[in-house]
Amino acid sequence: MEWLSAHPGLFLEAVGDHLLLSLTGLAIGVALALPLGILVAHRPRLAEAAIILAGVLRTVPSLAVLAALLPLLGVGFTPSVIALALLALPPVLVNTVIGIQGADRAALDAARGLGMTGWQRAFRVELPLAAPLIFAGLRVAAVQVVSAAALATFIGGGGLGDLVTQGLALLDTGRMLVGAIAIALLALGTEALLGMLERHLAARVRGA
Amino acid sequence: MIAIEDLSKRWPGADRAAVEGVSLTVPEGTSCALIGPSGSGKTTVLRMVNRLVEPSSGAIRIGGEDALRMDAVTLRRRIGYVIQEVGLFPHWSVADNVATVPRLLRWDAARVTRRVEEVLALVGLDPARFATRRPHQLSGGERQRIGVARALAGDPPVLLMDEPFGAVDPVQRGKLQEEVLRLLRQLRKTVLLVTHDVAEAVRLGDAVALLRDGRLVQHAPAAEVLARPADGFAAEFLGADRVLLRLSLFPLEAVPARPEPAPGPPLPEGATLRDALAALLDTGRSAAPLPGGGSLALADLLAFAGTPNPPAG
Ligand SMILES: Nc1ncnc2c1ncn2[C@@H]1O[C@H](COP(=O)(O)OP(=O)(O)OP(=O)(O)O)[C@@H](O)[C@H]1O
Ligand SMILES: [Mg+2]
Repeated sequence: MEWLSAHPGLFLEAVGDHLLLSLTGLAIGVALALPLGILVAHRPRLAEAAIILAGVLRTVPSLAVLAALLPLLGVGFTPSVIALALLALPPVLVNTVIGIQGADRAALDAARGLGMTGWQRAFRVELPLAAPLIFAGLRVAAVQVVSAAALATFIGGGGLGDLVTQGLALLDTGRMLVGAIAIALLALGTEALLGMLERHLAARVRGA
Repeated sequence: MIAIEDLSKRWPGADRAAVEGVSLTVPEGTSCALIGPSGSGKTTVLRMVNRLVEPSSGAIRIGGEDALRMDAVTLRRRIGYVIQEVGLFPHWSVADNVATVPRLLRWDAARVTRRVEEVLALVGLDPARFATRRPHQLSGGERQRIGVARALAGDPPVLLMDEPFGAVDPVQRGKLQEEVLRLLRQLRKTVLLVTHDVAEAVRLGDAVALLRDGRLVQHAPAAEVLARPADGFAAEFLGADRVLLRLSLFPLEAVPARPEPAPGPPLPEGATLRDALAALLDTGRSAAPLPGGGSLALADLLAFAGTPNPPAG
């Protein structure tokens, strides 16, 4: 805590970097996963392939992804963001596919029978019904990304992980602890906030 | 009017056609009930009419227009559709559900609101109490009413109903049938209805079309089908109580009254011949007084039930 009061600027900068890193990674991951999920959800073979791919991607440890990207993309912000996007992709993709596939068949049939076009059906019925699951995927992805962003320090991506590595290198326990605790709180806070929003959304869509 | 001509559907990979050579006309303002065992092709026929299923061959004309050459989406917005599972949109209020087709047709907001209230009242639900509710806040019977209201909202001349009262208990079912019957009479819609309940079919359908293995076995006015099943299969499917069912389609006036009075309480106003028979069996008498004077004799009733071709009722 002494370290924190002595270096508030450094701390805030690290938090800012961490959030920027996480949000960019998450945004790119979601921007890829959502359309991909929507695209494959109605094609059973592709959907299955996408889910298997996501499963494989998910089992690769975050650190290994970072390490694998190192020779390809070098160090810094961009490869870190790409690695985080790859982490965010699987949960959102899988939940989008499952959410769309699990959308109330009868409601979709009625939508078609009443004369909605394919787009109207997708945006007015299918996606709203899948929204709670998609959002759950987003929550899982966000928490993973916020935690994994701590590893970006190993490839020079910055963020709160820097405080931990610097603390270790300088034998500065205060700095290290501040970094570690901040990462943990950020992950917990993300989980709590998005979890709350998710319950709210589910209640709105399904009725509770 | 719905006119179906030589309609067939062969699903890819199926060894026989699900629907084969079905021709059927539902005149303007009348209803036709499609009945038949499970898998006989009822739903497939119904869904070909609004092109949820594309026919393999044949023709469909709706109000004189070739339905197979129209844009499917435009066609569907002109046809009310009630599905067995109701299929309300769970994320929308009752009012939004009912407003689906009017909004697709781009009616202005004031007109949509007015129409929603009108249609809710039509199916016997108070708009003030129900409009803002969500589907999960409704009973099964209320949900089915909303399903019917949603189908009627765009004021389509043609209505397709697939087991519209499948998901409710018998008491609710009877009530709903009665209300829909009143509604259909009032609105003069052209209706094609699927059910596998014979009693429901003859109650709601002016005509009944019986399907077996995708082929039309018989198509005739309800009383006619009950009086003269086309073959052994039809007789068996319609059931041994078809005689009773047929009596339930006729009012007391269908049997000529006798002038002499009879003992006991008079039959209620609006009773059917089946009610009369039940009352006679119950009291053990051979005649019952009619509400308007005179009496109905058991012998006349039996004679009526036994004639396949009764005097026009
Ligand atoms: N989408 C489909 N793909 C392949 N075959 C189908 C499809 N839909 C229906 N069938 C087949 O077509 C036949 C007729 O089915 P249909 O649903 O029209 O019967 P139904 O008379 O409505 O039966 P039920 O009373 O059980 O609803 C059945 O053999 C069914 O298996
Ligand atoms: Mg069916």
